[in-house]
Amino acid sequence: MDLRFTPEEEAFRAEARQWLESALSGELASLRGRGGPGDEHEVFEPRLAWERKMGRDGWTCLSWSREHGGRGASLAQQVIFLEEYVRARAPGRVGHIGEGLIGPTIALFGTDAQKKRFLPPIVRGDEMWCQGYSEPNAGSDLANVQTRAVREGGDWVVTGQKIWTSHAQWSDWCFVLCRTDASAPKHKGLSYLLVPMRQPGIEVRPIQQLTGTSEFNEVFFDGARTPADHVVGEVNGGWAVAMATLAFERGASTLGQQLSFENELREILDVARHNGTMKDSAMRQRLAQAWIELKIMRLHALRTLTLAQTGELPREAMISKLYWSTWHRALGELAMDVLGADGAVSRGAHERLQRLFLFSRADTIYAGSSEIQRNLIGERALGLPR
Amino acid sequence: MHFAFTTEQAELKRGARRFLASHCGSAQVRAAMGSAGGHDEAAWKSACELGWSALVTPETHGGAGLGWVELAAVAEETGRSLACLPFLSTVCLGANAVLAAGDEAQQREHLPRIASGEGRAALAFAEEASVDPVAITTVARDDAAGYVLSGTKRYVVDGATADLLIVTARSPATSGDDGVALFLVDARAPGVVREPVSTLDPTRRLATVELRDVHVGRGSRMGDAGVLRRILDRAAVALAAEALGGAERCLEMATDYAKTRIQFDRPIGSFQAIKHRLADMLVSVETARSAAYWAACVAASDDEHELPTAAALAKSYCTEAFFRCAAECVQIHGGIGFTWEHDAHLYLKRARASLSLLGSPARDRERIAHMIEAG
Repeated sequence: MDLRFTPEEEAFRAEARQWLESALSGELASLRGRGGPGDEHEVFEPRLAWERKMGRDGWTCLSWSREHGGRGASLAQQVIFLEEYVRARAPGRVGHIGEGLIGPTIALFGTDAQKKRFLPPIVRGDEMWCQGYSEPNAGSDLANVQTRAVREGGDWVVTGQKIWTSHAQWSDWCFVLCRTDASAPKHKGLSYLLVPMRQPGIEVRPIQQLTGTSEFNEVFFDGARTPADHVVGEVNGGWAVAMATLAFERGASTLGQQLSFENELREILDVARHNGTMKDSAMRQRLAQAWIELKIMRLHALRTLTLAQTGELPREAMISKLYWSTWHRALGELAMDVLGADGAVSRGAHERLQRLFLFSRADTIYAGSSEIQRNLIGERALGLPR
Repeated sequence: MHFAFTTEQAELKRGARRFLASHCGSAQVRAAMGSAGGHDEAAWKSACELGWSALVTPETHGGAGLGWVELAAVAEETGRSLACLPFLSTVCLGANAVLAAGDEAQQREHLPRIASGEGRAALAFAEEASVDPVAITTVARDDAAGYVLSGTKRYVVDGATADLLIVTARSPATSGDDGVALFLVDARAPGVVREPVSTLDPTRRLATVELRDVHVGRGSRMGDAGVLRRILDRAAVALAAEALGGAERCLEMATDYAKTRIQFDRPIGSFQAIKHRLADMLVSVETARSAAYWAACVAASDDEHELPTAAALAKSYCTEAFFRCAAECVQIHGGIGFTWEHDAHLYLKRARASLSLLGSPARDRERIAHMIEAG
């Protein structure tokens, strides 16, 4: 057991730091600190330009194999890059769904043609992706998906409705879980299709959330088409593919997001030092506990990543979503307590923290609610009966 | 970077678990906790033959020369089994103190005896209602031959059975960090009065040690306040690992029970009210593991800058996780969990006692707050 980095790894750190410093200068300097949690949907176009710059210079998809356009970066290199990325306050990535979810899924289950067609544009930041899973009647009960796809000539024709689709308004492609055999049992008639977003059969409608803003969307498919060979995995075998994608979502790919939590906690500590809250012994305890739990979140991610290198998804990975979402929601509450009366005023200097409080209510709902997470942990990690 | 045990470390840990399963099962623990000294003497003898007493002592002093990761691996297993062994007192506190504070002569005199299993040590640092290492009133006055110690030390782990007491005291008319040192004291020296106290946790004995003008030689003094803090921080890392082992065992007991206990014609583990509690326990256990193993790495690396943070973080988090799991274990077992016959109460008591053994979680958090306040 050794958490130190080698001289070669430190050299990689220097390279990453140097690149970030020079890349985030001039016009792009204003992107620092943008697009983090609660701000994910702001300044999209400049962040897209940033994504493409990253791609051009070889800093996207580091963990992917060279064959797929990545660097085959070691675990330590991935960690180092994320640390430096957060340290530089580089903007929230817009390509995370491609790099973190659909790319690895295609690499695992896709055909050679699919890999050749879809992976390079993700690496370059040329194509944006969104995730078509949830429906009005398929939230926690995801296998209840009703969106249908039928074969018509050389195409799949998709009809139905998806909901809570973030990035849909900017996406070029959507990976859609849809029913391709209505007569099969719930989990057995599903397929995983890759559907182009920019076509007449698709309408994106924003959802107004409790934040007052509209970062999530509904997506209506009305005869949308995609070529027959754009199915990942077996036809009617989409459930396993969808679960693999979810495992990426719940697993180690969230390390970067977690690291950005550090910037939020730092902002809260700044306020606490400034307004005297830091002198209050009860608040000191809570702030220290938040710091401790965030540090453990990072340590846990590192430990999980080490274990994941051995192949299987360890039970350590299954708890990460429940842990980080619970922590982050509590951080929003702590932020409001630190703000005190100021927290009741909108559009003030601390609006970011107020937004953190409101947005973090979603953390324990999306990507498998905390209740679903506890069922999964109980049944899969502990072997409890259903 | 490799955040997992090496093959050798994993084998050491598996070996410890096998040993404890055969030597320190529930029946043996219950026999030992009812015995006069509170230890399973036969099991400790065998454990010493396995090298546990020699674990972190350098080979030059008859030890195995291993580090804090190996120590944490064994501590996790002793915590899991509640083994009544003087491992925490003699190795994690005693050998640790002599290693950190002792000069070459002091190490040569004491470490081989500890390593061989012949000697048992206890660290007497706490006093009345305080575990702040420098909030002490025990005084070491100079005399012609050395020092004269007077004062009362409390909550001394295995203080009644140790033959070597490592006592903290301060020079007369000093305060704060000034004048604080550790003293090597023969437990049978005239003026040493040891009183075993009855404890909430029957698996770990504590004693009050009174020093009535105890004369010790010049060569018995070692260290200072800074070294003392490092010793206690390293011990806290071991305690964190021990708590992790206890927490994991509580989760296993509760999970096994939830799978087999039938009510309303179903295993109770199928009810979300139970399942979700167990899921939360697993979150506690696995995150505590990440904390404890990291702290062990920090202690092993001699990173003096990071050690205080790692110790405070791991001890507060792991002991609280242990208490939550122990409390839930009682609850999930229902009525059975409230009986003397079931082991759940032993873990509950060990967990509660561990929370305040080397300073409270609140104090740990205050240390962290102090650090982050500075920015």
